[in-house]
Amino acid sequence: MPKTLAEKIWDDHVVRQAQGEPDLLFIDLHLIHEVTSPQAFDGLRLSGRTVRRPDLTLATEDHNIPTTDLDKPIADPVSRTQVETLRRNAEEFGVRLHPMGDLDQGIVHVVGPQLGLTQPGMTVVCGDSHTSTHGAFGAIAFGIGTSEVEHVLATQTLPQAKPKMMAVEVTGELPPGSTAKDLILALIAQETTGGGQGYIVEYRGEAIRKLSMEERMTICNMSIEWGAKAGLIAPDETTFEYIKGRAHAPAGDEWDAAVAYWKGLVTDDDAAFDKVVTLDASSVTPFVTWGTNPGQGVPLSARVPDPASFEDPIEREAAENALRYMGLEAGTPMRDIAVDTVFIGSCTNGRISDLRRAAELIKGRKVADNTRVLVVPGSVRVRLQAEEEGLDVIFKEAGAEWRGAGCSMCLGMNPDQLTPGERSASTSNRNFEGRQGKGGRTHLVSPDVAVATGVLGHLASPADLDKAGA
Amino acid sequence: MERFTTHTGVGAPLRRSNVDTDQIIPAVYLKRVTRTGFEDGLFAAWRSDPDFVLNQDAYRQATVLVAGPDFGTGSSREHAVWALQNYGFKVVISPRFGDIFRGNSGKAGLLAAQVDDKVVAALWEYLEANPGAAITVDLQERTVSAGEGPDRIEDSFTIDDYTRWRLLEGLDDIAITLSHEEDIAAYESARPSFKPATL
Ligand code: SF4
Repeated sequence: MPKTLAEKIWDDHVVRQAQGEPDLLFIDLHLIHEVTSPQAFDGLRLSGRTVRRPDLTLATEDHNIPTTDLDKPIADPVSRTQVETLRRNAEEFGVRLHPMGDLDQGIVHVVGPQLGLTQPGMTVVCGDSHTSTHGAFGAIAFGIGTSEVEHVLATQTLPQAKPKMMAVEVTGELPPGSTAKDLILALIAQETTGGGQGYIVEYRGEAIRKLSMEERMTICNMSIEWGAKAGLIAPDETTFEYIKGRAHAPAGDEWDAAVAYWKGLVTDDDAAFDKVVTLDASSVTPFVTWGTNPGQGVPLSARVPDPASFEDPIEREAAENALRYMGLEAGTPMRDIAVDTVFIGSCTNGRISDLRRAAELIKGRKVADNTRVLVVPGSVRVRLQAEEEGLDVIFKEAGAEWRGAGCSMCLGMNPDQLTPGERSASTSNRNFEGRQGKGGRTHLVSPDVAVATGVLGHLASPADLDKAGA
Repeated sequence: MERFTTHTGVGAPLRRSNVDTDQIIPAVYLKRVTRTGFEDGLFAAWRSDPDFVLNQDAYRQATVLVAGPDFGTGSSREHAVWALQNYGFKVVISPRFGDIFRGNSGKAGLLAAQVDDKVVAALWEYLEANPGAAITVDLQERTVSAGEGPDRIEDSFTIDDYTRWRLLEGLDDIAITLSHEEDIAAYESARPSFKPATL
């Protein structure tokens, strides 16, 4: 029977199948961080269980850790306790941990691919919803809750009901000046935040094939923002090229065997999807959000929408609430919105290619007065690579802050937070109320728009920089 | 998880309905990194009231909570179940439970016994007239009972067959999966050697 890519991977991981029960899936890689793991380890301890496969488990510290004063103890006691607990648990249960100060420390979804641990045809889970990032390699990757973390630790499996299959056909080509981030924001606005619910989504088409690995990660990262269980992209030469030579990539004969398997990981020609949606990439322009969910977005050239223009009463009310929270007037051109803080980083856009792009744009320019720009690399290795290339100097000369690696202002669990009413343009993935700090107002943007916004002090695209002569 | 067949313990009458999980344990108590110790946050807002049922000597050792309808609605936090268990409760009796709470209870080994409204009313009266009195909950027979002679209360409760089986056998999700250990081992032995390892 013809199968979709996701069905092939799924079927290759079924440990046990029984009538009326969810499938029991084997998990190839279990990633762990300090926030969602403590109770899972404590549960193991209470029931006298061990970690079944420490060799398929990897822990890193990311959500809570500060990005400044890295040599001092963590000031916030809850964050400190969580980090210390992770260290004790990793030690006790024999799990490899990359703590603060370690070369391989960083955001869990940056670290996996960087080490070559994320590979095509795998199942990857983590107690974090943006685990979908790893789908960029042609893997089934999804976030899980703390009891599921405990279940995977103890058994290396997870009972799962098979989701439905959806194809996102991206036709055409992204125009110059538009990025993967714009594409995914446009797709979420088109499909709404619930559009992917119940589905594993495969992103397909010419525009997707042309994307680099890191751009594909940006796309898959935000699958959860439109409700999908997971999002993935069929592996190809771009994927193999990215993995080859990394620390945990197969080598020699193993490499050949792996590639032979990976090459079969495509949706069969006559396989059926439960749903197909299309997006024309050639129509995607720089895209920004105006509201408090990632689906509330418009092209940068548009205006803040009028809530009355929404037919659905629930959407209308959501828009009214969002404008109130965001302190915006319907009809205001998006470009007129002044921004206090620009955040470049996160597991969506905190990789080396994102920083290179941002540095190239900001080079020789200056951050606007009254605006601050925070650049937070996704991992220590990304930071070191950037420093080797002199990107840190470019950022600092432009007046941006160069920080240590972590989640930072993506979720404001560490000291990098917005103050009430403060407005940010952020390359992260969530613009929920209070996400970046209590009362903070977030506009989701691409790294390009982030830089242009930082230089001009209002939402702007790189094209505006030239126009403004900035 | 411990097997649950029958339990007899002090009953506490909680004369409230719509007890949501924020009332069972407020968010500020969720910062702990263990699965134990949550008893300090159980019903935190009410515990500061000296007249609150659990502050009365006769009910301090209670293990069976008798609550009004819609117990455990709201947020999905599993800590609500842990808090009740950490305090010492083995059973919650109510005419209706929040769905997620009921699911979480079954997984963690707390018996959520659903009874008729009038059974709760009768138990409340009995427990208030006889502070410190015991209730017996028999999972095998699906009955709750209390008292002697003409005052005796005895009625049935409902619980789905699957959850009852898990509780009777003392099986949590992990134990159920580990009962298929040979399937997992077989899968592992056939995994391709090119798959990556972290160690
Ligand atoms: S960067 Fe943000 S979205 Fe990504 S793992 Fe960290 S907190 Fe989650």
